[in-house]
Amino acid sequence: MNFDFSEQQKLIQSEARKFLREQCPPERMRQVMEQDAAFDDDLWSRIRDLGWMGLAIPEQYGGLGLGYLELCVIAQELGRALAPIPFSSNVYLFNQALVIAGNEAQKQRWLPRVAGGELVACTAVAERVGDQPNSLPVTEITQDGRLHGQKIAVVDGMRAEVALVSARSSKGEVILCLLELDQAGCERAATESLDLSRPLATLTLNDVKAEPLAHCTAQTLTELYNTAAVLFAFEQVGGCEAALKMGMSYTKQRYAFGRPVATFQAIKHKFADMYVAKEIALSNAYYGAWALASSAPELSLAAATARVSANQAYFECSRENLQAHGGMGYTWEFDCHLHYRRAQHLSLVLGGTPYWKERINTELLRAE
Amino acid sequence: MDFKDTPEQAQFREQIRAWLKENAQPKTETETVRELSARYQQARAWYKKKAAAGYACLEWPKKYGGAGLTPIHKLIWSQEVAHYDEPDDYFVIGLGNCGPAIMHFTEEPLRSKLLQRMAANEDVWCQLFSEPGAGSDVAGLKTSAKQADNGEWRINGQKIWTSGAAHCDYGVVLCRSDTTVSKYKGLTMFIIDMRQPGVEVRPIKQMDRGQHFNEVFFNDAVVSDQYRLGAVGGGWEAALLVLMNERMAITAAVPNGFAEFFEFVRSAELDGKPIRNHPLVRDRLAEWHCMDAGVRAGFYRMFTAVAQGGMPGAEGAIGKLVAGKMNQDIAQFTLQLMGAAGAIHDPKIAHENAYFQDAILYTPGIRLAGGTDEIMRNIIAEQVLGLPQEPRADKGIAFEDIPSN
Repeated sequence: MNFDFSEQQKLIQSEARKFLREQCPPERMRQVMEQDAAFDDDLWSRIRDLGWMGLAIPEQYGGLGLGYLELCVIAQELGRALAPIPFSSNVYLFNQALVIAGNEAQKQRWLPRVAGGELVACTAVAERVGDQPNSLPVTEITQDGRLHGQKIAVVDGMRAEVALVSARSSKGEVILCLLELDQAGCERAATESLDLSRPLATLTLNDVKAEPLAHCTAQTLTELYNTAAVLFAFEQVGGCEAALKMGMSYTKQRYAFGRPVATFQAIKHKFADMYVAKEIALSNAYYGAWALASSAPELSLAAATARVSANQAYFECSRENLQAHGGMGYTWEFDCHLHYRRAQHLSLVLGGTPYWKERINTELLRAE
Repeated sequence: MDFKDTPEQAQFREQIRAWLKENAQPKTETETVRELSARYQQARAWYKKKAAAGYACLEWPKKYGGAGLTPIHKLIWSQEVAHYDEPDDYFVIGLGNCGPAIMHFTEEPLRSKLLQRMAANEDVWCQLFSEPGAGSDVAGLKTSAKQADNGEWRINGQKIWTSGAAHCDYGVVLCRSDTTVSKYKGLTMFIIDMRQPGVEVRPIKQMDRGQHFNEVFFNDAVVSDQYRLGAVGGGWEAALLVLMNERMAITAAVPNGFAEFFEFVRSAELDGKPIRNHPLVRDRLAEWHCMDAGVRAGFYRMFTAVAQGGMPGAEGAIGKLVAGKMNQDIAQFTLQLMGAAGAIHDPKIAHENAYFQDAILYTPGIRLAGGTDEIMRNIIAEQVLGLPQEPRADKGIAFEDIPSN
């Protein structure tokens, strides 16, 4: 048994951490938030040059042909650095959808452009408040491939060139389609987002042309979300680690009652609890990474487990980091709310905790 | 990253699977004895059986009576034996805590003699650290050790919460050998013969009616200097070594009640309908599954680090901190689901042989023994996260000047 990343993967991680420490301090996220930019173009192009976007894309489609484990360690660092870029939209979702259910022509067309960082893609699933990832969409696709409907909370929807859209087929099944957004009948409107560095859009689709993913089945969206859940979990754990570190350094430096705040047990026990939540999330993410990398049948349960733990851990770590900062944590100037906002964003983007808890139940009680 | 056995490990697993199938007691719904002191005879018989087959002390060197294998073999054994109803971890304090200290601190021929007898279960060992006035603050202990001119030591004082002491042959005891220096400097550790004059063991009746813990009184108990473990005044460092080995053991061994809860969810009914469909139950099942899976995966991570030559770190505290509280919460929640019948503690009537009724009564002990939840948080905060200690009233002064009860 070897339940750890390889030396090579750890090296990729430490290089990524070093790069992001220099190139992506929290001010980058703040700039995107305060300037209403879609994302940080400069950081995006630097990351493209490093080849991260094509890390897990096969070489024949212009990628580096590495595996999911390499992607997991990169995700952890992007989460730690609060990177304000559409990496997850492109890499965890759009790219994966093509890998899972695209045919050769679709892969040939899109994967090299994802690998080269030449486009931004988005994924559009939710339609109403309360929609779950497995809710049957109202958005319809006709037999000749025309879409009608409206999608909300579409991350990176304003800047995206192409969207992965869920729709109801004429048979009443969910299918995923590729939709080029620059066409008549496709309207987008920006909506304010909780995490201002990860902007959202509403897409209104009125008789627009779309192309179903060729090998899409009723299970494709679930498979896609399983993969994405593991990768997002690593981002979330990276965020937990950054929030924990932020809280510890602040309370070590700040004095109250004649001593550093970090010497009080009330504060130390808070950090211990944050650490425990983070470690549980990290260990579950490791298990998810193993299941993903080895295509294990356990992936469905492992992904849901990693997702629920990571949602909870990042909320706890970001919330308690803010609390440990006292009043200063509630100011715009301090960075505590950047993690607090990002934690909310990441925990909602694939459907919230109740959905994933239900998935755990389904998996655990499957044999009954 | 993989969970694969090497061919040699796979062969070992097959071998022990076959042996366990022939020799170990399968898990049953009835007649399980959970109370630890009541399982002593069963534990002893099981140990003799596995020792005779060569499966005791798998990771100890052969010259000390072990099998000369690796920690990975021990993990494989633990995974496989967990499918059976055998008290396999019963002697973990002696084998896991005292054994490594003996290996580290004693000289031949005493070392081989003690270890071989321990490995064969001819001697059972306990660990005597806590005192009535020194629990969480264990370095505040007062049991005194004074050396006479002939080199012998005389031990006087009282220990408490000593697991299994009533049937132990030897113990590792931490004593105060000098009260004029600071509290951590004046400690010395010894081996003590639990059957010798001047040592008296009194079982403590616990709130769950078990008698696993004991008080131990020392009245001029004489210990030869060759039974000293480590330097005079080096007792704290020796104790830390013992506790470090404990971490690996407790992380793997602390029960959290998840398997029993899962079984309950699968089989029980609420108001005549399957309980598994109740939204509250489903929420808790997911919640506790995440914790159970996370601690288990964390153990695999720690184990990988140890197999690669690292030491078990203080992260092991997580397993105990999470499991104790979780087991108590599971017991409480499940009893509530049973309604009025939850109050019945009769194993012939209550679910799963009254597991949840037992658990609600034993889990307070789990959260206290081997370091309270609060001490576990201190360990994580100070030793893992490197946070500063609280200002303390006992620093930089001689032990005898520290205020105490």
